[in-house]
Amino acid sequence: MNTLTRAAADRTSEKVKKIVEARGTSGGHLPRTITLLAVAIIVAMLAVILGNVILGGYHIISWDFLSSPPENGMEEGGIFPAIFGTVALVLLMTIAVVPVGVMTALYLHEYTRPDSKMTRVIRMAINNLAGVPSIVFGLFGLGFFIGFVGHNMDNMFFSDQGPVWGQPAIIWASLTLAILTLPVVIIATEEALRSIPRELREASLALGATRLQTIRRVVLPQALPGILTGAILAVSRGAGEVAPIMFTGAAYYLPYLPEKLNDQFMELGYHIYVMATQSPDVEKTKPILYGTVLVLLVLTFLLNFTAILLRSRMRSRRVNV
Amino acid sequence: MYNDEVNAADQAVNRIEVGGANTRPGMSKRKAKMIVRDLDFFYGANQALYNISLDIYQHHVLGLIGPSGCGKSTFLRTLNRMNDTIPGTRATGTIKLDGTDIYRDIDDVASLRTRVGMVFQKSNPFPKSIFENVAYGLRVNGVRDKQLIEESVEDTLKKAFLWDEVKDKLDQSAYMLSGGQQQRVCIARALAVQPEILLMDEPASALDPISTSKIEDLIGELKKHYTIVIVTHNMQQAARVADFTAFFFEGNMIEFGATKKIFTKPDIKKTEDYITGRFG
Amino acid sequence: MKRHNFKSKSKLLEWIGEKFIAINALAAVLAIFLIFIFIFKESIPLFTDSEIQEEVTVERMTFKQEWYEGRDAKYSWQPNSEVPKYSLMPLFVGTIKAALIAMLFAVPLGVGAAVYSAEFANRRMREFIKPVIEMLAGIPSVVLGFFSLIVLASFLQSTFGFVFRLNATNAGIALGVAVIPIVFTVAEDAMTTIPQSLRDAALALGATPWQVSLTVVLPAALPGIASGIVLGFGRAIGETMIVLMASGNAAIISGNFADSIRTISATIAAELAEVVFGGAHYSVLFFLGSLLFVFTFLINLGGDYILGRLKERYQGRTL
Repeated sequence: MNTLTRAAADRTSEKVKKIVEARGTSGGHLPRTITLLAVAIIVAMLAVILGNVILGGYHIISWDFLSSPPENGMEEGGIFPAIFGTVALVLLMTIAVVPVGVMTALYLHEYTRPDSKMTRVIRMAINNLAGVPSIVFGLFGLGFFIGFVGHNMDNMFFSDQGPVWGQPAIIWASLTLAILTLPVVIIATEEALRSIPRELREASLALGATRLQTIRRVVLPQALPGILTGAILAVSRGAGEVAPIMFTGAAYYLPYLPEKLNDQFMELGYHIYVMATQSPDVEKTKPILYGTVLVLLVLTFLLNFTAILLRSRMRSRRVNV
Repeated sequence: MYNDEVNAADQAVNRIEVGGANTRPGMSKRKAKMIVRDLDFFYGANQALYNISLDIYQHHVLGLIGPSGCGKSTFLRTLNRMNDTIPGTRATGTIKLDGTDIYRDIDDVASLRTRVGMVFQKSNPFPKSIFENVAYGLRVNGVRDKQLIEESVEDTLKKAFLWDEVKDKLDQSAYMLSGGQQQRVCIARALAVQPEILLMDEPASALDPISTSKIEDLIGELKKHYTIVIVTHNMQQAARVADFTAFFFEGNMIEFGATKKIFTKPDIKKTEDYITGRFG
Repeated sequence: MKRHNFKSKSKLLEWIGEKFIAINALAAVLAIFLIFIFIFKESIPLFTDSEIQEEVTVERMTFKQEWYEGRDAKYSWQPNSEVPKYSLMPLFVGTIKAALIAMLFAVPLGVGAAVYSAEFANRRMREFIKPVIEMLAGIPSVVLGFFSLIVLASFLQSTFGFVFRLNATNAGIALGVAVIPIVFTVAEDAMTTIPQSLRDAALALGATPWQVSLTVVLPAALPGIASGIVLGFGRAIGETMIVLMASGNAAIISGNFADSIRTISATIAAELAEVVFGGAHYSVLFFLGSLLFVFTFLINLGGDYILGRLKERYQGRTL
């Protein structure tokens, strides 16, 4: 760079001044319009999908539809077993995932330092878990739960019979889903724990309470809404996933409802998949297909909506504290 | 640093005071670059400034002093309409730059800001190189000539007393500089656009004493080419750098005049109380 | 004043409690570990079992094979024909095709909407857009697959005259819908965390609001936006139900995006039900699963790396 003389610097200033003064009012409505278009397209897509499902399915929704089993090769009847199976599935999943997820979050937030090696390892594992494709979970469920755990259970306790636990079963499917939704619960619980002010914990410890007592009596009760949010989000996610349960317990038609942990089960998402791709007469089963999709969608949205409501109430309450 | 210029202004203001209109100077021999009359300012329903009137003289430094929350920063930001970025704000009254009403006669607020530049309290360089920081205002206002940009960057960094320290590392991130250096980058950046007025909102409050005195020296140099309005909570600093001083309190401008006068024999008791440290 | 006589708290209980929590906290680590082991375990016979290697080897999966004497060598995936063919290339090509279309669709829309939300929208618009995106994110992929299969495919075919009703474009668009919320959320987050002081500095220099967005916000938010795109890509690669239902499931290699495809994930899902436990096909499917696992792991790692390197450019300040 040449060093400027005083005169040269003044000339530079003059030139710049002229250019700057000459700048016109920049139009620039174009970027706003284009990005707004992107928003509009997204909204339109959502509207089309929802609209199509609602219009296609609402006329078949009735109490009968929701409470009776399918008949005549899915061409008539209802989807009660699929609803029952879905509920049972996510119930088992929740029982498995919430305690473990909450404890993981507690450990990360209450016991370890943010930069410790253990924390980093656990966090890496959680991030990885969150990125695993759902079909890989399905493979894992098949290879580990059914092929290893169930298989060995059979060898140890039921060696004289055919497979008892080493086959597709609702317990294995729900455990597979529990691993899949673990990150959801952990992250939601951590958010709840973070929102509890340090002063509350310190007050408890200063009164002589142990860390465990503080957690049990002060932290957990405060964190309950957040934990609930995490559980609801996990349920919503679990109810919608099909790939992990395809080989671990879901079935298209069963004449009975699952009663034991090693029974198979019908499920809404799986039902949709099979009906949409393998129905002999697509036109005849379309109404029921749409009805099932609508039920699953309503279920998912209700759950998500509840979780979001809970979360925003939790956040506004925190502001007031 | 009370030189002849200030003394002359001093006397001019005194002449007016003899006439009785203490807070409405208007007949100084100095050219008034900006004129503020009857300015009220509102944040939504809350009024923050009450009936402010003062003159800003070309090639002089106006210091705004007063306790926290008195409205001096708010006032500063009305001069380049930075308050427009906050929703719900409203200003009534007149602010004129060289005779043009900046609220009513100017459509493109961005062009106003090329004439009235600003340096912020906490230095805020962009996450770019030192060079690109200073060049930003040029590029954004349509300067394309590479050589012109390079010359401008060099010129303004020199004006900001920073060239020698950074000339070998212009491509480095601005965040690698110290706090005082970053603030001078911000000053150079503001100068590059060739503003006529430079607004400085407590430019040295976050800096150490040595950096602070560097910046104060800088201001002394800059006023030769620019007009400067500086907000400061440090009265000694105001006494050191400002030619004129306005004392703000609770949204009102209590007194305005030559710095020497304000600090030695102010007319209004409140001013005197503040100067002598009885409150604030 | 009498001093209270508190019972001594059981130190043992406290210790047990803490250890119990700690053990449970390792569940995620254990899970990843187990997934890794058991997926790979079932694909090991590919490398060790000579019987299986009669049918398929890694070499045969990778390169063009002359499956029938006299005919040209080609890539072919037909595990269930008389001469079982296990070329992985058609599956790779299919996966990439679908993911590409998904990203071409999702990135402009997702980033564009994020820019609007972060830079132009007022509060009401922002509070409208947020639930829209969340609803989109909440749609189960099987529902998107259903919609693509039943509605989108017909629409596309009648509009563009596709030969195959279920094809890469059909699945790719539905895949894009699933990816949009990921890209939007991460990009919008990156842009809104740019401090107001930087925007103020730019405005004070005479930049228009759009200039501020373009020259200050977007460059500074680039690491975040890039990592959002990478995460979205990882999702597109691994997604199963949409492609299973809407892509036509034909393992062919072609440059035409209106042809049917087969992705890795759909292959696993479609064929796992019919395989012989422990056989060659079974091992290959688990091998595919391992590949998928490693790919998505590497993609996520790559995303983090990009984030780190781009952040390095802005040393000294964490935004």
